[in-house]
Amino acid sequence: MSTTLPAAGKSERSADPAPGARVEFRGLRRAFGSTVALDGLDLTIEPGELVALLGPSGCGKTTALRVVAGFEQPDSGEVLVDGQDITRVPANRRDAGMVFQSYSLFPNLSARDNVAFGLRVRKVGSAERRERAAELLDLVGLPDHGDRYPHQMSGGQQQRVALARALALRPRVLLLDEPLSALDAKVRANLRDEIRRLQLSLGITTVFVTHDQEEALSMADRVAVLNAGRLEQCAAPAELYERPATPFVAEFVGTMNRLPGRLTDSGQVEVAGARLPVDGPVPTATREVEVLVRPENVTATADPQGTATVVSASFFGAVTRLHLDLPGGTSVKADLPSRDAGELAPGARAAVGLAERPVLVVARSA
Amino acid sequence: MAAMTPTPAPTASDAADTAPGSGAAPAGATARTRAPRRRPRPRVWRGAVLLLAGAYFLVPLLASFVFTVHVPGQGIDFEAYTELLAADGFTESMLLSLGLAAATIATSLLLAVPALVAVRLGSPRLRPVVEVMCMLPLVVPPIALVTGITTVLRWGPEHLSRTPLYQTFLAVQDERFPVVLVLAYTVLALPFVYRSLDAGLRAVDVPTLVEAARSCGASWPYVVLRVLLPNLRASLAGAAFLTLALVLGEFTIASLLGFRPFAVWIVTISGAHARMSVAVSILSLLITWLLLLLLSRAGTNPATVSSAPRTSPTSRKES
Repeated sequence: MSTTLPAAGKSERSADPAPGARVEFRGLRRAFGSTVALDGLDLTIEPGELVALLGPSGCGKTTALRVVAGFEQPDSGEVLVDGQDITRVPANRRDAGMVFQSYSLFPNLSARDNVAFGLRVRKVGSAERRERAAELLDLVGLPDHGDRYPHQMSGGQQQRVALARALALRPRVLLLDEPLSALDAKVRANLRDEIRRLQLSLGITTVFVTHDQEEALSMADRVAVLNAGRLEQCAAPAELYERPATPFVAEFVGTMNRLPGRLTDSGQVEVAGARLPVDGPVPTATREVEVLVRPENVTATADPQGTATVVSASFFGAVTRLHLDLPGGTSVKADLPSRDAGELAPGARAAVGLAERPVLVVARSA
Repeated sequence: MAAMTPTPAPTASDAADTAPGSGAAPAGATARTRAPRRRPRPRVWRGAVLLLAGAYFLVPLLASFVFTVHVPGQGIDFEAYTELLAADGFTESMLLSLGLAAATIATSLLLAVPALVAVRLGSPRLRPVVEVMCMLPLVVPPIALVTGITTVLRWGPEHLSRTPLYQTFLAVQDERFPVVLVLAYTVLALPFVYRSLDAGLRAVDVPTLVEAARSCGASWPYVVLRVLLPNLRASLAGAAFLTLALVLGEFTIASLLGFRPFAVWIVTISGAHARMSVAVSILSLLITWLLLLLLSRAGTNPATVSSAPRTSPTSRKES
C-alpha cells in the first residue's frame, strides 16, 4: 500500500502534503432543549495530531465533532482552524473531510465515483479525477475495487472507500465519527492500524470520536475524555491511564477498584492494611473515603492464612484477573501474570497487598 | 490496559474483510450447505392462485377484445381498430391526457420531494402531520373536490373580473390545456406520491448522505440533484407511475368541469360506437402499460444491475 497522497486539483494546493491545521474549541456550548450536550468545551488540537474524543453516550463528543464539521451550530463559543473562526462557515466550505459511523457511500455511485465525488464538485477534469481516485483507492488498499458499488463491498471495504473519499480533497482536518464501530473485531483492528498509519504519513490533523477506550488509547496522540459536555482531561494515553486527573477519568478509562480507606493526619490514606500517598484532590468533609486502585496495582499470593478468598479467575492470555472477597464484604479485582496465578483457583485463600503508588480518593458514599 | 483485555492477534490484512460475492464463505455457510435439504413445498397452491388471479384479470380483457373484433354473422373484423385513429377527438384527447399527466407528475414531484426531504432533515417530528395532510385526498370524494373547484370557478368572474388576476383565472380553465385539472390531479395524486417517496426516503439514510456530500464540498442544489434524486430514482418512478395511471383514467373531475381528456372522450363515443369505445379502452390499457413499463425501466438503478459480482446469500459477510 503506497502512502503518497495524489496531487491536489487545479484549484487546490500544491502537490506537497497538506500540513495539518491547528483546531481550537473555545467555550463551546450546545444544548438540545433541556439537555446540554456541550458545556463550555475548551480544547486545542495541534497540527498533525490525532486526538480521540472519548466518553460515555451523551457526553457531547459527537456534537463537538459535528460542530467542527459544520453540521451543528454552537449556542455560544467558537471553533478556530489555524486561528480563523469557522463557526459560521457552511459545512461545504470547510476544509474538513469526514468519515461517518454508518457506511455513508453514495449507493448509486461506484467506489471510484464515490472517491471522486468531491473532485467532481470542485470541477476537476474527468481524466484527473479518475487518476486521483485510482491513487486514493490504492492508498487505502483497494486498487481493484473501483468499479464496485457499495452493496458489492463489505463494511470494512466501504469504510476504506469512505476514508479515501474524505482524503480526496486533501482536507487539513480529518473528522472520524466512530468509523470502526460497525465493523467486526478483526477488521476493526486492521483498519485502526491503517487509519493511524495514513494519518501519520499524511500529517493531517485528526479528530476521532469513539466510545471504545481501547481504540482511543491505541490510536491517539492524546485522548480527551468528556463527561456531560465538559472536558475532564486531555492527555497522552499513558498519562491518562497512569495519572487520571479526576475520579471520573480514573473509573472510565480502564478498570478500577473502589476500596474503603481512611485519610490520616499525614495526608496519606490507610487502605487494606497499607498506607499510600494520595494523589489529586482530597475530600475535606470526611476522613472516610473510597480509594481508587487499578487491578494491576493489587497483588495476591496464595496463603492458607490469608484473609482474602478467590471467587473467580478469568484467563486473558498473559494476564489472569482474579476476583477476590476481602473481610467486611469488599470485593477486589487483581491482575496477575498468568504464570503466577496457577495456585489461586476459586476457593483458595490469598494474601492481598497494594503497590506503593499514589492513589486517587473520593468521599465515601453513604 | 492492553494487559486487561487481550486483543485478537493480527491476521492478514483482509482475512476477515471479505466482500460479498468474493468467494470466501463464512464458516456458517459451510455448515448450512451440509445441512439436510428441506423438501420443497408443493407448488400446486401457488399455481392455482396464480391461475385464478390471471383468469380474473385476463378473461374480461379477452372478452372485450373478442367483442371488438367479432361481428355476429360477419366473423372477424378489425374495423373498430382501423377507424380508431381517424376518429374525431381521439388524438386530441389522448395528447391532452398525456400532457396533463406529465404536468401533474412534474407538479406533484416538485411539491413533494423538497417538502419531504426538508421534513426528514429538518423536522422529523412533523412527519405524521405531513402524512395526514397528504393522505387527506383519499378520504375526500372527488365529487366533493369538484364541488369546491366549481364554487371557486363561479366565484372568480364576479370578484376578479376587474383585476389583473382575471386573465390568469381564465387561462387556468383554457380547454386546450386546463391547468385547473393539473391542480386537481396533483391533489388527488398526493397520497400515492407521498407513499412512494416516503418509502424511498426510508430506504436511504438521507441525513448521512447529505452530510457526506456536504463535507465533500457540495452545495444544497448539488446534493439534491446529484445525491438524493439518483438514490430516490425507484420511488420517483413509482410516484410518476401511479400518477400517470391516475390521470389517464380519471373521469369524474374532468367530466364535471366540462373538459375532454381521454377518459371522457371514451365515454362520449361509447354511446354511438360501442365497439370502438371498447377498442379504445383496450388500446388505452396497452398504452398505459407501455408507459408504466418505460417508467419502471427508468426507475431501475444501474448500481443494482451492474455486471460486477453479485452478493450471494451464503457468502455475504457483515464486517
